[in-house]
Amino acid sequence: MSEAATATLSIEGLSVRLPAGADRTRALRDVTLSVAPNELLCIVGESGSGKSMMANAIMRLLPNEVTIDGGRMVFAGRDLAAAGEAEMRSLRGSDIAMIFQEPMTALNPLRTIGDQIAEVFSIHTELSRTEIASKVLALLADVHISDPKAAARAYPHELSGGQRQRAMIAMALALDPKLLIADEPTTALDVTTQAQILKLIRDLQQRRKTSVMFITHDFGVVAEIANRVVVMQHGAIVEQGPAATVLNNPQAAYTKQLIASVPPLTAPPPRRLSQEDILTISGLSKTYRTGGILGRGARTTKAVDNVSLKLPKGATLGIVGESGSGKSTLARCLVRLIAPDEGSIMLLGKDFVKMPRAQGRQETRHIQMVFQDPFASLNPRRKAVDLVAQGPIIHGKPRATAIAEAKELFALVGLDPSAADRFPHEFSGGQRQRIGLARALALRPAVLVADEPVSALDVSVQAQVLKLLADLRERLGLSVVFITHDLRVAAQICDLVAVMKDGAIVEHGLAGEVFANPQHAYTQALLASVPGGAFARQHASEAL
Amino acid sequence: MEAIKRYFRSPAAVIGLILLLIVIAMAISASFLYPHDPLSLAGRPLLWPLTNPRFPLGTDNSGRDIAAQIFYGARISLLIGGVATAIAILTGIVVGAFAGFYGGWVDNVLMRITEAFQTLPNFLLLLVLVAVFGSTLTTVTFAVGIVSWPAPARLTRAEFLSLRNREFVQAGRTLGMKDLQLIVGEILPNALPPVIVYASVVMAVAILLESALAFLHLSDPNVASWGNLIGLGRDVLRVQWYVSAIPGVAILVTVLAVSLVGQGLNDALNPRLKRR
Repeated sequence: MSEAATATLSIEGLSVRLPAGADRTRALRDVTLSVAPNELLCIVGESGSGKSMMANAIMRLLPNEVTIDGGRMVFAGRDLAAAGEAEMRSLRGSDIAMIFQEPMTALNPLRTIGDQIAEVFSIHTELSRTEIASKVLALLADVHISDPKAAARAYPHELSGGQRQRAMIAMALALDPKLLIADEPTTALDVTTQAQILKLIRDLQQRRKTSVMFITHDFGVVAEIANRVVVMQHGAIVEQGPAATVLNNPQAAYTKQLIASVPPLTAPPPRRLSQEDILTISGLSKTYRTGGILGRGARTTKAVDNVSLKLPKGATLGIVGESGSGKSTLARCLVRLIAPDEGSIMLLGKDFVKMPRAQGRQETRHIQMVFQDPFASLNPRRKAVDLVAQGPIIHGKPRATAIAEAKELFALVGLDPSAADRFPHEFSGGQRQRIGLARALALRPAVLVADEPVSALDVSVQAQVLKLLADLRERLGLSVVFITHDLRVAAQICDLVAVMKDGAIVEHGLAGEVFANPQHAYTQALLASVPGGAFARQHASEAL
Repeated sequence: MEAIKRYFRSPAAVIGLILLLIVIAMAISASFLYPHDPLSLAGRPLLWPLTNPRFPLGTDNSGRDIAAQIFYGARISLLIGGVATAIAILTGIVVGAFAGFYGGWVDNVLMRITEAFQTLPNFLLLLVLVAVFGSTLTTVTFAVGIVSWPAPARLTRAEFLSLRNREFVQAGRTLGMKDLQLIVGEILPNALPPVIVYASVVMAVAILLESALAFLHLSDPNVASWGNLIGLGRDVLRVQWYVSAIPGVAILVTVLAVSLVGQGLNDALNPRLKRR
């Protein structure tokens, strides 16, 4: 075990026990791995694989009733699994640092960024206040925050998501830790910001020779930054090895399956599109006004700015953009959840914008929505079958018929009709999204608006739901408006793509053309930022 | 169900439930055990408890059986507590639901009215209502209900505010539901648990308010209530203190029982809050 002797952290046979009543007895089973000095190790797995639990076990920050019940974690000559609480406190933040998925919740909202970084120094070192202040500025400059002085004085909510994550990284690196644990640090960020943060982490790691344990669910990210990869499933390691080997020549079936579920970045051959348009959006605008007294100091945000789009019958139109681009507002305007200020939405020969409320409630059955969050979009106090049957019942179908049809829909979306009497919390995320799809389809809509329907799902489940959607589209002749931030997903399912930025459409056209030959600078930047873009393209050419 | 199992896991909640059941049993059995009017003269006035086997809890200043009054008083306390709570919670839910769901000017109007009620001290408002409308059992019950609704209204409104923009409510909207269907069918069932828990607080306070009124001789003098008995005992408090103390203990036990049940419900319905 000469490797273990030199490794920054070596974990041997680690097991973590879950409290009675959990879905399994152990969060981690017999995990053995090591992080070498100056190495970026990626831990990949889907939700429930135990990858975050491992980070918490190393920091000894496990939830109550969750205990380490076997194995060793050797770090700098001591066993973290057996270390006392005082010993762990002195290690945390100084020798082992951690960054989290959502910097907003990890930062104290009532204190400035500079103050919070300074606190790390005042806890662990004897430096004077002026020395600390200069170190804080140097750190913020090191993580390439645009204006370090201003950032140090800012409160967390005054910074953008990317800036906050940079501040978190600065805080984590303050005391030159030997090991940095990054738990999905870019998952909540936009794709262009994600690309910058990934680059930053890799640069810092190489410059400071820190060992990094990077936890992610995204093989694209792995392809982008990893030296070595550990693939986890159900709390155990299924495969580990150098990044190039695992990515290009995976051995375990699960790894192969995960890599195969990564959507390739090239569009499939185009389908024939109908000449007839089913949905025509023209000149649609929605402006939000906030604050200001008597019109002074008010801020206006053009969430949707003069958008005109056409959806051919039976086609899928992807609307792609980062957060704040107005794509969700546009989707909500389409289903009348938000009233637009100007413009028209023509569907089946009627203008949905000018319709009175009562008529709108009737006509809404022709355009239905699938929501992003499979947990929030189903009423927790209704049975699955009632959720699906609700719509037809409202529109006058007898209850018994509606329920019988709902059960047929269950089969259509790949759910067991015998599970129809269960409550939403008894289903997994992917199954819930199928219920949401069945609910939208129950009214037999002409157009389906899908607002990020797969972004909350694991990659293998994501692939299944996308396949289902593509299949249903063929069978039912559905026309789909597909909202997504993920270009890889858009490439897979959309016939047409419209790229949105600051409320306006900057580019639109056939998916294949937009992806192969982007015209607008923003589209080019988006495509360049997709993590593991090169790998995704290569992976696509192999798949063909 | 899961919540019921969790409820019975807490000893305090079980004790509260047992105490509450005892009080309810007293209220039901009053007319079997004491077929005579509890306010009729039964024996020598101011008999100490445990001195005469006919009057285990003694008699009050006018020679009425204290035990009978305690049993019948349980009926009055539970009746006022239950009905006043129902009035307060129902009013509160209606006001809070509309304010929270619609927001804007509806919210403003309803919340200003709620605040107008809240800024007046409960008990003063109660005194005014009883002074104006008289002190029969019905008016006292309604008055207690009317002074207690603002807090449940605010609670319901807060729940509605946080729930009305959830995706499942938006999903209901896109299915074509009317506002009332959204309020009653979608949001209310999810908003209810904290309001149900708060009902126990309202009930405990309602019982205390009635007792306080009776202590001031402002409650209905024609019924045997614990408050009336305490009010009577006030005149002989220094020597025959038991006349006030016995109904005092009854009120204490009932309010304690209701609070323990409420706390137990809270822990059972919101299991995550308990494990802090």
